[in-house]
Order: sequence, then structure tokens, then C-alpha cells
Amino acid sequence: MSTQQPPRGRVSVDAHPHLDAVRQDVPGTPSPGSTAATVRRIRRRRAVRAGVVIGVLAAVVLVAFTATLVIGERWYSIPDVVAVVTGHDVPGASFTVGRLRLPRAVLGAVTGFCFGLAGVAIQTMLRNPLASPDVIGISSGASAAAAFAIITLGLGGAAVSAFAIVAALAVALVVYLLAYRDGVAGTRLILIGIGVAAMLESVTAYVLSRAAQWDLQEATRWLTGSLNGADWEAVLPTVVALAVLGPVLLGQGRDLAALRLGDEAASAQGVRVERTRVLVIVAAVGLVAFATAASGPIAFVAFLSGPIAARLVGAGTSPLVPAGLVGAALVLLADLLGQNALGVRYPVGVVTGVLGSPYLVWLIIRTNRRGTSL
Amino acid sequence: MWFVVSLAVLAGLVLLSVTVGARAVSADEVLAGLTGSSRTVGEAAVAVRLPRTLLAVVIGASLAIAGTVMQGVTRNPLADPGILGVNAGASLAVVTGMAWFGLSAAVATMWVAVAGAAVAAVFVSVVGSLGRGGASPLKLALAGAASSAAFASLAVAVSLPRGDIAEGVRSWQIGGVGGATADRILQVLPFLAAGALLCAATAKGLNTLALGDDLAAGLGERVALTRGLAATGAVLLCGASTAVAGPIGFVGLVVPHAYRLLVGTDHRWLLPFSAVGGAVLLVAADVLGRVVARPEEIDVGIITAIVGAPVFIAIIRRRKVRSL
Repeated sequence: MSTQQPPRGRVSVDAHPHLDAVRQDVPGTPSPGSTAATVRRIRRRRAVRAGVVIGVLAAVVLVAFTATLVIGERWYSIPDVVAVVTGHDVPGASFTVGRLRLPRAVLGAVTGFCFGLAGVAIQTMLRNPLASPDVIGISSGASAAAAFAIITLGLGGAAVSAFAIVAALAVALVVYLLAYRDGVAGTRLILIGIGVAAMLESVTAYVLSRAAQWDLQEATRWLTGSLNGADWEAVLPTVVALAVLGPVLLGQGRDLAALRLGDEAASAQGVRVERTRVLVIVAAVGLVAFATAASGPIAFVAFLSGPIAARLVGAGTSPLVPAGLVGAALVLLADLLGQNALGVRYPVGVVTGVLGSPYLVWLIIRTNRRGTSL
Repeated sequence: MWFVVSLAVLAGLVLLSVTVGARAVSADEVLAGLTGSSRTVGEAAVAVRLPRTLLAVVIGASLAIAGTVMQGVTRNPLADPGILGVNAGASLAVVTGMAWFGLSAAVATMWVAVAGAAVAAVFVSVVGSLGRGGASPLKLALAGAASSAAFASLAVAVSLPRGDIAEGVRSWQIGGVGGATADRILQVLPFLAAGALLCAATAKGLNTLALGDDLAAGLGERVALTRGLAATGAVLLCGASTAVAGPIGFVGLVVPHAYRLLVGTDHRWLLPFSAVGGAVLLVAADVLGRVVARPEEIDVGIITAIVGAPVFIAIIRRRKVRSL
């Protein structure tokens, strides 16, 4: 089984840049028009579909966000919630909604978006759905560093984020260098990432075991991710990170899609391959690190969002924004489920872990069945 | 020759393990403690450390044998009870049993753990060997990692609602030999002995299997039977080990690779060597965990992962991608 080809099974991977090339050729030439018309029609249909998907996903996120504010031990009416959010003082609701639920909902939406966006960017760049930051150890590195900074050193706020981002970048670099041997092969990188992740999870477990006592809530946060204890101090760095790094990543969307064809083909299309790659890695790893510092490595969100979004928008459309929205929706819905529906309060990472791991197994089965290399 | 060296190292480490700890004890106290006396604090410490050391010896040996056999059965250099998710399956079974079915009896726990390990082993090998080309090392390792993650999340989900067993949950996330008592060692010993015997009985068959299924069948080996017996033995070993010590990874990966360099690939030699080597590794990891963070302790499960993961990475790097 050869491993260095782009995935063959899906058209989505290849179609887009080809058609771009076609389009660039066509307008100037006096061709009979049928090809150009077809291409234009397909492109319009795609744009409509992408617009619809993004609209629906945004609506889902909005509904889940509102539901997070409304639903709980005590339910508040939507007018009350709106009043609190717009800064009015509502007896009772102001504390519960304004101080407890609002940071939680914002944190859920923002970290979900970060994980989804960063996950799909790295998956696209490495041309492998398994190469998501939570499988190849980047999230584990950020988590270990954040746990170390908070529990062992007693730091908080921006310092924790700094620890997380340095560690995550270092892990990404180490995994990449270890996997490098006459070029980086996706499979080797994934296996090495799994090994590094195992090591880092042990470090996290060690840091946690050094804490005064084994606090299951705290342990769960750093091992599987949780929104418990969300406050504005934790939310703010993540929001800033998304506002800064998100546009950087989105700006690379087109070049990223071209990279899926392979480095040579991409540079033939005028993509500055190395620059794109460095920008994408730094931005995506940064997003993962900031999000992890705030909420822990919420299990499988980065891994799941990309494939779901790709399936929703279909072939040839950039899945970046949809993946971010899918991530936000996943985290918010899983948190709602974990907090309210199950009788016991489950941290969000446990819910996404239980939902996500069967998908991971299914993905492996499906890839094996098709006979393509991963 | 290497066998004698390994045994000598093991003996030295066992002595060290009994001597070293949060409190160092003198040679006299060690001797007195070994004969059952516990008059002084030092002698009492020896009495506590002795079962712990013994447990590390038997668990290390079991996991290393299980890893060797798994690598032989699957012809996969990355096979290990931890990486293939077998230990995580055993953990999940025990946690589920404790949370939902009031499982508490020690021997019943062993059976449940063995059953969980067996289910996990079958599941992972089926997932990993679907599709063209059968079970490649990459597919198996991925299937194992995915299943481990699945089992671990399920175990957390099952145990979280039960505050009363939450303390026990920790021991199912990190493996350790700290809570050893003579009773528990005696309870687990029959399982481990049965597993080790099964593995030993298939040593010759595993050598033939290494030639490939077709050639092995041509040489008169009953491939399915050998494979089934060996896998049963390995599952008994990992299930029972996990039941007493929690999930401990990478011992079964590292030790066979090290001894293959020293004594070659004949399983009749490799198995006993790996057993001693596994004991050496786990006792050493336990001593290290007690020394480096004094007065606190680091669980062996953490040490073996930190020592073992680089070996895992080295193996991946050494092999050509094509064969992965």
C-alpha cells in the first residue's frame, strides 16, 4: 500500500483546483461556451449549497447557544435572557445567566469553532482525516502544558495560554521532525503522533496525580475537556486568538485547497508552498493551544468537524468555515446533552468522546474496506 | 549467558526495590523484614515493599510475555497490550462491572477483566484486518489507538455518576503496583500461570507462524489453533494484570524488541528472556518512580509510557513506510 498519494476515493479533494484552472483558461478563449457554461453552473450551484449549509449551521449554533442560556436547573424565558445579554439587570437571572451560563456558552462556541477550524486545516494540509490535532498529540501537548502551568505552577490567564501555545508548537515541530525522512509520510506522522500523545497524556496524568488530591473534575478537564468553571478570564484569550488567527487561516483557504493536489501541483498554480504551510501550522496550532488552555482538549471535536463539514458542503467547496461552525455546534450541543439530559452532569469531553470514538473506528473500517491507503 | 545476567540484574533490582523508598532501610532491617518481622519502622516498610516488588515482578513478566506473543501472533512489530487497546478493554469491563453490577469480589473481577480483554482483542483485530491486505501494522495500531480512546471515554462516562467509586477510577486511568498485598498476588497468580503456560506451549508454533501462514500450514502447523491458543494465553495475562495493577502500557512493546536484539527471534528463548526482562523493567520503573519524586511516588504506568513511547517512535522511524 503506497502512502504518499493524495486520497483517491473522494472527488472533493481533486475537483476544485482543476475547475479553477479550467475557469482561468476559459474566459479569454472563444470556446463554444458549453464547457464554460457548465463550469459556471456547477460553481453557482456549489456556492448556493455552501451558503445554505453555512446559514443552517449558523442557525444551529445560535439555537444551541440560546438553549445553553435558557436551559438549566432553572429555566429562564428568552426575553429575560436577551435582557441580561444586552446588559439590563434582571433579578435572579443576572447572576445565573450573565455570570455562569453566558461565559460557558461563549467558551463552548469559541473553543468549538477553534477546534473545528484548526482541525480541518491540519487534516487538509496533511491530506489525511486521521491527522487531526487531537490524534497526533498537539492537543495533548497543549493540555499537559496548561495543566502543568495551572496545577503545578499556580499560574492563570495569559500565562497559561503562553505555556500551552509554546508546548503545542514544540510538539508539532517534534512530531514533524521525527516523521521526516526523505519527506513526511502521512502514516508515519500519525503513528509517531500517537506515540507522542501517549507520552504526553502520561505527563498530564502525572501532573494531575501530584495535585493535592485526585480531583476527578479537574482531571477530566485536562484529560478529555470540560466547560465547567468557565469564566471571562478564561474566555477572553481564546476569543482574541480566534479573532487574530482565524482570519489568517481563512486567508490561506484557497492555497490550502491547492495543496491537497500535492506540493508540485500547488506551486505550479502559484502557491508559495512553504509559506502557506508555515502560516497554516502556526495559526492552527495556535488556535488549538488557546482553546485547550481554556477548556481542555475536548475529545474528537477537531477530528470530527472536518469530515462532517466536508460531507455537508460537498465537493469542491472550502470546508473551513463550515467546519468551525460544526465544531461550535458539536461542543454546545454535547454540553447541553451532558449537563441536562443524562441525569448526571457529564463534562462535554466525555460526551464528545463517547460519540466521537465510534466514528473514528468507523472511519478506519471504511478506509480499510475501500482498500485505499489511509 | 544473557539469561544469567538478566536474572542477576533482576535480583539486584528486587533488593533495591525493597531497600529504597520514601524511607531508606538498613541491610539488617531488610533481612529481618524478609523473615516476617515488623518491629521497627524499617522492617515494617520492608513488609509493605515486599508484596509490591513481587507484584511488579509478576506483572512485568506477564505483560512482556503477552507482548511477545501478540507480536508473534499478529506478525506486527507494534503489537502491545496497551497499544492494541486490550488493557483499556479490561479496564472498561471492570469499571462497568463495579458501577452497574456491584462487582467487588477479587476473583470475579479477574474473570470480568479477562473477558473484557478478550472482547477488546477480538474487536481490534477484526477492525484492523478488514479490507485489502489483511492486518497491516498501521491498521492494527490505528484500530488499537481508536479503540483505546473509545474504551477510555466509555469508562469515564460509566464511572463519573458514581462518586463512591470515583477514588477507584483513578487506578483505572493510571496503572500502578502501589496497592499490592500478598492476597491479591495469590489471587492473580493462577490466571497468570495459566496464561504463561499457554504461551509457552505455543512457542514452537509461533516460530513457524513467523514464516507466514501458508508456509506454516505447509509445514504441518495448525495455524488457527496455534494462533487461538497463543492469543488466549496473552489475553489471560493482560486481563488479569490489568485487574490488579490497572492499564500499564509499552512493557510488552519494549522488552521483546530489546531481547530480539540480544537473543534472536526463537520464541522458545525469547519468551523466558522477555519474562525476566519485563520483570526487570517494571521493578526498575517502580523504583525510579519512588526515587525521582521523593517523598511522593510516580505510578509505574506513567514511567513506562514515558520510557516506552520513544521506543515505539524509534521502531516506526526505523521501518520503511512502505512496510508500515
